[in-house]
Amino acid sequence: MRRHLIGIEGLTKEDIYSYLNNAATFVEVSERELKKVPPLRGKTIVNLFLEPSTRTRVSFEIAGKRLSADTINVGASDSSITKGETLLDTARTLQAMAPDIIVMRHKESGAPHFLAKHLEKTSIVNAGDGMHEHPTQALLDLLTLKHHFKERSAGIEDLTVAIVGDIRHSRVARSNIWAHLALNNRINLVGPPTLIPEEFRHPRLFGEKINIIHDLKTGLRGADVVICLRMQLERQTDKFVPSLEEYSQEYCVNERALQAANPGCVVLHPGPANRGLEVSSAVLDGAQSLMQKQVNFGVAVRMAVLFALATGKTVSEGKSE
Amino acid sequence: MSKLLIKNGLVIDPAASLEEPRDVLLNGALIEAVERPGAIPESAATEVLNASGMWITPGFIDLHVHLREPGFEWKETIESGSRAAALGGFTTVCCMPNTKPVNHNAEITRFILEQGRRAGACRVLPIGSVSVGLKGEEMSPLSELWAAGCVAFSDDGEPVWDSGLMRRALEWAKMLGARISCHEEDKKLSCGGCMNESALSYRMGLNGMPKVAEDVMVARDIELARATSSKVHICHLSSARSVELVRRAKHDGIDVSAEVTPHHLLLTEETVGDYDTNAKMSPPLREQEDVEALRAGIKDGTIDAIASDHAPHEQDSKLVEFSKASFGILGLQTNLPLTLELVRNGTISRMRAIELWTRGPAKAFGLERGTLRCGAPADLSIINPDYHWTLSKELIASKSFNTPFMGRALSGIAETVIVEGQVVVKAHKLSR
Repeated sequence: MRRHLIGIEGLTKEDIYSYLNNAATFVEVSERELKKVPPLRGKTIVNLFLEPSTRTRVSFEIAGKRLSADTINVGASDSSITKGETLLDTARTLQAMAPDIIVMRHKESGAPHFLAKHLEKTSIVNAGDGMHEHPTQALLDLLTLKHHFKERSAGIEDLTVAIVGDIRHSRVARSNIWAHLALNNRINLVGPPTLIPEEFRHPRLFGEKINIIHDLKTGLRGADVVICLRMQLERQTDKFVPSLEEYSQEYCVNERALQAANPGCVVLHPGPANRGLEVSSAVLDGAQSLMQKQVNFGVAVRMAVLFALATGKTVSEGKSE
Repeated sequence: MSKLLIKNGLVIDPAASLEEPRDVLLNGALIEAVERPGAIPESAATEVLNASGMWITPGFIDLHVHLREPGFEWKETIESGSRAAALGGFTTVCCMPNTKPVNHNAEITRFILEQGRRAGACRVLPIGSVSVGLKGEEMSPLSELWAAGCVAFSDDGEPVWDSGLMRRALEWAKMLGARISCHEEDKKLSCGGCMNESALSYRMGLNGMPKVAEDVMVARDIELARATSSKVHICHLSSARSVELVRRAKHDGIDVSAEVTPHHLLLTEETVGDYDTNAKMSPPLREQEDVEALRAGIKDGTIDAIASDHAPHEQDSKLVEFSKASFGILGLQTNLPLTLELVRNGTISRMRAIELWTRGPAKAFGLERGTLRCGAPADLSIINPDYHWTLSKELIASKSFNTPFMGRALSGIAETVIVEGQVVVKAHKLSR
């Protein structure tokens, strides 16, 4: 039993299913009238969100509360980071108050590794670090798909998954690619060359099993799942394209482009969406979109992760110890 | 006048193509004689040193160190840095001008020289900045700096991004007979990067510094040197392509010299591992193919010198998120044993290894040192190549401890170091 969940990289198919199966049992809790179960009573969870976030932060907070843990939220503006305190000092201060789990969102890749290296007793859950990983997002995407494809004999395996947009800067893309590689699914990365480095096919990254496709329709051909990524304008992704208008003309996932995909194809988006830029409103609000379900399943997945780490029962985490 | 006779050692003096048992007689601050064993009677000396089992080499020269004084004395001082240098076998270090204030006028140059003399551990030779304040906007007073004692010019840490300024500086430096030492990095290409750009950087989600950011600037400065018939020195080569550019430039007869660090010769980007900030430096650690090309470069003479890029930083500036950590690592005390690793693994001969630390750098910067010929300054390192030790905090003379080699088992140490006839290191300890 490992202590942290830092990435999907290194998780086996069994690890992933273990989280998903646990999460499935917690879906039911959220459907009750009294949405609370006692397993984490007496446990303390700090949600350290040093980068703006609504859905992930709220989702983790609700997950903790529904498991009866005491949850405390610390944001960038109300942390001492704004007073110039280093991450290490912030972490040590929190550690002194003996939380069982720190859930961290941070704009720098490797920040959760840093915390895990320096805190001896606390479990770390990565709620998104820079351009590195966002493991609970990938797990909730899978849980959403598992629910949707429950009648399908192969379930969430033997799927063609198209990930469209700003792959270069996306932690959601990286976590999802690791996850679908573990499940042996076919992966198309779709977008302009400036946003999909060829190195993604390097044997030391995802390898040649994944396809890089620059034409949207070709990339969506035969897809069972389309994951739209947010154009991360705060990372100045607009500098990687001639103009946002030109980008959207080539790569906006709209109904016309979706016709190339398999009938029954579903669309995921991690949110928040730039409507009309990476995905059209008609698609986002249409029948193929599972965006609202993703949010719903997010709570259950995070309950499963918090439960596993706090109780040491079932599932292990990624390779980062 | 005191006369020291060093007996029974193996003299390795690449400048004289000499690798034979020889006795060396020092007369005050100069070398008086280098003779066959026993040829110099002990009666000719006032003191005799037995160097049995040791190598006697010219004192090492490091063309690229950061001593942080003035302005960043909590990281390193000229005293602490030159003591670390002496312990590493160095009798001469050339310190980069990115201090505060920048070494861009004679007053700062004289201050550095004076602090070096006061520390008395090794010779400290300042490098003046190419541009005022390293801003790349207006040229520093190069003549003034040269007259005050600078031995080269560099904006190290920053590239001279303005090609017009670089051209004029090369022309001015040529008139002085000086060389400009270039930190090659197109910052628009390496923008915000903190490790080598590769599959690994994408995997770790870190912004990469692509090799081409170095290559385009190496190519530019070679062409500027060609166009102006001036002398350039390429700092800390790290990419295979840049090695090839330097090789071809030399073949074309351009007066280009080049250096490489021990860490770029021994480590790859994999050392970054679990976001280890002690493996963060600029240029970054590259890939195996680059390591191979750099090794070929020191072997065939494309690269003239090894230089440490000794860059001390306090722990606080490394104990942070990877992208926020300072660039740079220590080098002075590990240069020798790391270079000997390249001898042991068959990359270069011991003669070539010593050349890369003596005659090579002396020639690149036109320093009248780096040889044991009669009449030369009595700067010597007496090396015990088989001394086994492990790098630990206690052994580090620098004020900082930022090195990825902490805990590494090393072989080879400077047993005795002599600067202008003065014994500064004895039994691998500072003698004062």
